[in-house]
Amino acid sequence: MPKLTIDGTVVEVEPGLTVLQACELIDVEIPRFCYHERLSIAGNCRMCLVAMEGSPKPIASCAMPAADGMVIHTNTPEVHKMREGVMEFLLINHPLDCPICDQGGECDLQDQALFYGFDRGRYIENKRAVRDKYMGPLIKTIMTRCIHCTRCIRFATEVAGVPEIGAIGRGENMEVVTYLDQALASELSGNVIDLCPVGALTSKPYAFVARPWELSKTETIDVMDAVGSNIRVDARGGEVLRVLPRLNEEINEEWISDKSRFACDGLRRQRLDRPYLRVDGKLRPVRWQEAFDAIAARIKNLPGRKIAAVAGDLVDCEAMVALQDLMAALGSPHLDCRQDGAALPAEPRSAYLFNTTIAGIASAGACLLIGTNPRREAPIINARIRERYRAGGFQIGVIGPADDLTYPYDHLGDGPEALVKIADGAHPFAEVLRASETPMIVVGQGALLRGDGGAVLAAVRKLVDTCGILRPDSGWNGFNVLHTAAARVGGLDLGFVPQRGGKDVAAIVAGAEAGEIEVVYLLGADELPMERLGGAFVIYQGHHGDAGAHRADVILPGAAYTEKDATYVNTEGRVQFATRVCYPPGDAREDWAILRALSDALECSLPFERLADVRARLREVNPVFAEPDVIVRAPWGTFGGTGEVGSEPFVSPIENFYMTNAISRASVTMAECTRAFAGKSEKKTGTHG
Amino acid sequence: MLRDQDRIFTNIYGFADGGLAGARQRGDWDDTSSLIARGRTVIVDEVRKSGLRGRGGAGFVTGLKWSFMPKEVGARPHYLVVNADEGEPGTCKDREILRHEPHKLIEGSLIAAVAMGAHACYVYIRGEFYREAEALQRAIDEAYDAGLIGRNAAGSGWDFDMYIHRGAGAYICGEETALLESIEGKKGQPRLKPPFPANVGLWGCPTTVNNVETIAVVPTILRRGGDWFAGLGRPKNTGTKLFNISGHVNQPCTVEEEMGIPLKDLIERHAGGVRGGWNNLLAVIPGGASVPLIPKSVCETVRMDFDSLQQAKSGLGTAGLMVMDKSTDIVKAIARLSKFYKHESCGQCTPCREGSGWMWRMMERLTVGRASFEEIDLLEQVTRQVEGHTICAFGDAAAWPIQGLLRHFRPELEQRVRDYQNARSRAAA
Repeated sequence: MPKLTIDGTVVEVEPGLTVLQACELIDVEIPRFCYHERLSIAGNCRMCLVAMEGSPKPIASCAMPAADGMVIHTNTPEVHKMREGVMEFLLINHPLDCPICDQGGECDLQDQALFYGFDRGRYIENKRAVRDKYMGPLIKTIMTRCIHCTRCIRFATEVAGVPEIGAIGRGENMEVVTYLDQALASELSGNVIDLCPVGALTSKPYAFVARPWELSKTETIDVMDAVGSNIRVDARGGEVLRVLPRLNEEINEEWISDKSRFACDGLRRQRLDRPYLRVDGKLRPVRWQEAFDAIAARIKNLPGRKIAAVAGDLVDCEAMVALQDLMAALGSPHLDCRQDGAALPAEPRSAYLFNTTIAGIASAGACLLIGTNPRREAPIINARIRERYRAGGFQIGVIGPADDLTYPYDHLGDGPEALVKIADGAHPFAEVLRASETPMIVVGQGALLRGDGGAVLAAVRKLVDTCGILRPDSGWNGFNVLHTAAARVGGLDLGFVPQRGGKDVAAIVAGAEAGEIEVVYLLGADELPMERLGGAFVIYQGHHGDAGAHRADVILPGAAYTEKDATYVNTEGRVQFATRVCYPPGDAREDWAILRALSDALECSLPFERLADVRARLREVNPVFAEPDVIVRAPWGTFGGTGEVGSEPFVSPIENFYMTNAISRASVTMAECTRAFAGKSEKKTGTHG
Repeated sequence: MLRDQDRIFTNIYGFADGGLAGARQRGDWDDTSSLIARGRTVIVDEVRKSGLRGRGGAGFVTGLKWSFMPKEVGARPHYLVVNADEGEPGTCKDREILRHEPHKLIEGSLIAAVAMGAHACYVYIRGEFYREAEALQRAIDEAYDAGLIGRNAAGSGWDFDMYIHRGAGAYICGEETALLESIEGKKGQPRLKPPFPANVGLWGCPTTVNNVETIAVVPTILRRGGDWFAGLGRPKNTGTKLFNISGHVNQPCTVEEEMGIPLKDLIERHAGGVRGGWNNLLAVIPGGASVPLIPKSVCETVRMDFDSLQQAKSGLGTAGLMVMDKSTDIVKAIARLSKFYKHESCGQCTPCREGSGWMWRMMERLTVGRASFEEIDLLEQVTRQVEGHTICAFGDAAAWPIQGLLRHFRPELEQRVRDYQNARSRAAA
């Protein structure tokens, strides 16, 4: 291991580290603009120059590999002078418009200018002005502020896999542009805003909204997909103003998808802020007690088998366990958390988890995607697959739609036939999987939420055996289910599925249509065919006036994910806690508390007084809830339905990435993205201009 | 003065046939296979013994550079890249070789390729050299037809292919790593070093980039021996060199001379002397636009080689001399060079991107004296802030001409400022 001396301290580092990383190990801070841990090294800002004994010129510490015997100086007057020189160059053509710049207060250039800037400029020529570029509805550009660090270019090319940002022009006329001035077509595009060390790329929806020091910052969990990205929510007063990623190496590294970042304006629109009761066909605002009385009047004396409950995609585990207990108290077996009808078993646990784990993708040797478009369903996971592809030696096969996933793959087929062929070993890709030490398969909801979903899952289960997706000797489990809903794994962990003799979601809808089910409790469930609920009495508990509320007879206003302390389980089976950022609007309440109050009205009180009680009940139902933030190895077993697979091609359940739930459907920003991006892939016809 | 029998480029003026037949008459391609048969190590040793230093400007010892290539060819092929992107202002030596002595380059490429285990050679020709690219392509075709390159090149058993890649006219693409980027189809921007091209070069494979002139002299060195070449010139600055003399001389010319020839001799003997006589000389930029100028007093005695010029705080560079007599507006001349560097900076790294424009703008104002005295110091500081802080040597090249001007002509700059201020105060009165 190379041993080098930095400012008189001898440090021994791993081979392959750079001088800058070696400095960080001993807390010697090196200023930088272009260097970023997760991007390739550009070495172009020259801010990280340090002096090395024996070298006539200073060296760029971000790019220089640490070598044995190096003697580095980072705090000499000469080094300080070099940094001042570079800083002066960066500032001569920088507009210094900090007072009107959204980056102000969280700007690398501003911060470092405090250390290395002069108190006045020596540059008396005219400053350069650069025309702003169009980068779509999310990214605002003020290109005069650009310091040409090329982080955005490298991110788009390397991580996002859309090489649409580049630099044109030479010398001081160099400009960062998008290809033909088009919007940056990536689900991860918002991350360039975080990466930009200056105010050249800022958030368009957040423009001129707030200053960072006015915001309260809360660390919590994202629910826009089943990844469970770690986020920081910045709010002022009771208003969520922006969402930023939070570092979690095992999940989202430091990226989040555009939906996670920009859908937060949906939290301010279409909100249910008071209870409603349908009277004479019209929803009328009422007080809580009136709403509860109306429900009690309808449910009392109704046998449990005429009541059903469906949990939606954004629901927290506390609410689900409360509703589950309430339904048990009412004697109803009709529960389902799979509102899309996916053929997911409630056991064994590993049958519905992303067992390889997100970070585990890095050690996979081959990959088969079945009925999924991870780019739309979980952009963060897609970025991981791409990262693995970039490392080389990674063959990817796809059964399903042949969409652009930002990496090349072998398209093996559209529907279950190809899957069955591989499972039978009659397809060459079976050999690819078998030959790999660590093969992984990803089953998307597109393969499961169809009539033959159970049979498809059975075929996948067979493939696991025939292609050696499980390697018991090394402990490798390459079977993965990619969920699209943040609530799904939690619901399955709690067993929020039909109890003995209970109906699943399709049967509940059919029962309601036929009049067998008289009361349907929708806990944030908006993706059902509402028009088929017949004459059933529909209770909708949720936070947005979406499809469910539209159909409801009683509306109980709940809290969105930023408004409650809640538990979510991501697609890997990782239990994580969301933290309340602000209070729910108006009369809305936390969901478990609503159910607790309703249970009183129904005279079957739930035994919860505090959140801690609900959490204790969670742990009681399933011990995994006792181990937050870690992966508990799930037991393996047999699963899968019966019957024959069909021949219909797999279709991803997500047509439009930007609108997948009640919050994103209410978001103006997501609507703009839909206009800008959705439908781009449609083939043009002769009548297009 | 170089004796005629020691001349390498005997057809540099194109008086004879530049084609294969003519080249053969001049001794090119004479028993090349036996040169190759000496083997890789012997060739490298011979070139190292000759003391040949790279003719592209930096003057790195060629034999040493070749020896950096991996000894065994592994999974990655080795490449030879010939830098014919001759963009240095005041330099036109490679152009003459491409026009009139292309076979020296092709034969040299073959031998150099053997010496570094390469089977392919890319010649990156400056875009403006359209006719030169044609001439070289003609020569390559001739060589292929004659079996001198291609499979079993010249009967040596070595397979060797040669490709021309035409540039698009960017000066920075003459920087070796920017050149590699350009060949790969990317934006011509220099790469970070390390890793050096000998380790990670073209398409990630071990690569050596050599100047046209460096490669073209190799066959002659091998034929006549490294000792012969080392016997010419001065220690550590051996051999012959093509000098380009332009500007205020009576007969601008390209001439092959011994290294270390006194600058005065070069101008007086080969270029017909300075216009208006030696005493009319103001200054000389001795090695292409990138090196600091030297005033007449230094020109009297300085010798034209790497080390002597470095001692004179200038450099041999490409040996393209720009001679300026006393009619020259020296400030304007350097300002024009600054404009060139501002225009050609690739824009990748900060000091050069921002500094080259700043320096040019200050130079423009100093040309008419519209500046303060302090700004002369500021200009000096800015050149120091650029110099040595960039990814490639372009930053140095942009800074040095101005440093040379400030070193030798500061009174002239101060006079201009004074004149301008006086004129302003007169006008105000």
